[in-house]
Amino acid sequence: MDVRFADRRRAFLEGVRDQLPLVLGVAPFGAIFGALSISVGIPPIETQALSLLLFAGSAQFIAVSLIAVGTPVLIVLVTVAIVNLRHLLYSIAISPYMQSLGLRWKIPLAWLLTDEAFAIASLRYHQTDTEQDHWYFLGTGLTLWGSWQVSTFLGITAGALIPTSWQLEFALPLTFMAILAPNLTSRAAWVTALTAGALAVLLADLPLSTGLLASVLVALVLGTWVQGLETDSGQQVNS
Amino acid sequence: MSYDRIDYWVVILGGMLVTYFTRLSFFTLDPGRLPHAVRRALRLVPAAVLAAIITPAWIGDPGAFTWSRPQFLAGSLAALIAWRTKNTWLTISVGFAALLVLNTILS
Repeated sequence: MDVRFADRRRAFLEGVRDQLPLVLGVAPFGAIFGALSISVGIPPIETQALSLLLFAGSAQFIAVSLIAVGTPVLIVLVTVAIVNLRHLLYSIAISPYMQSLGLRWKIPLAWLLTDEAFAIASLRYHQTDTEQDHWYFLGTGLTLWGSWQVSTFLGITAGALIPTSWQLEFALPLTFMAILAPNLTSRAAWVTALTAGALAVLLADLPLSTGLLASVLVALVLGTWVQGLETDSGQQVNS
Repeated sequence: MSYDRIDYWVVILGGMLVTYFTRLSFFTLDPGRLPHAVRRALRLVPAAVLAAIITPAWIGDPGAFTWSRPQFLAGSLAALIAWRTKNTWLTISVGFAALLVLNTILS
């Protein structure tokens, strides 16, 4: 029993350790999120609750920017759902390692399945696939969750010190450029990105801030069609 | 609409449920049952969502666009860096520094 406990503890701490470099990248965004949310008039408690409960960086940024222009609640929720659709991909990719687990693992691990935790944990599963890997995932996910809370709090409390002329919110499109670039590996991905990008500008004035939704859906239809035309199917979704 | 506290909490709790069940979905469902076309579309979701968030901030209102728009120039530099280096922190820091400098020069 002591040996198993030690193994679990070691896997957990390795998960914490391997997530730390990514925390350096994530923490500034938590702070920017906190500051931005306060600056558009969302109260501190609700700002922290977004990080505590929604816990999805890009969706939180989008939600706050939609709230800032008075977008109806339902549209905000549908947009959050679309922006977070990519988590379906992570859920699919990691599902082979989850099927045998009980709900007592599935429930907390799903909670912690963010871009960064997925990146670290899926690597471990592919490499070792041992019984302790869930502890590793738990360690990596909790590290990210904790740092997101602390950095949001710092943004809420100290964000007002940053002048608005710095336009901190521009950090979001810059980050997404860096995330998007490695995604553009096929003609279909280019068509999808260019269509969505162009439509998002042209449809920015659609009523109720529905431009983002419309752009994404049209681009997905077009991109999927182009992908069907492409003959090489070298890259499939991990399943 | 203007938000009161109830509206905020509907967004927070509704967003939490939507996000959570997306993440949990295939921990309990078998992904093999997903239609092929849906899988193909899912692979393109990041490209679509990210691009649609980037361009309105980068280009702005097309009717009011000028080549000297600071966000356009700084964003173009960042896009070039992202494409050539795939380095997240270089992209963000150079893009952001460029925006600060351009805002100072052009204002």
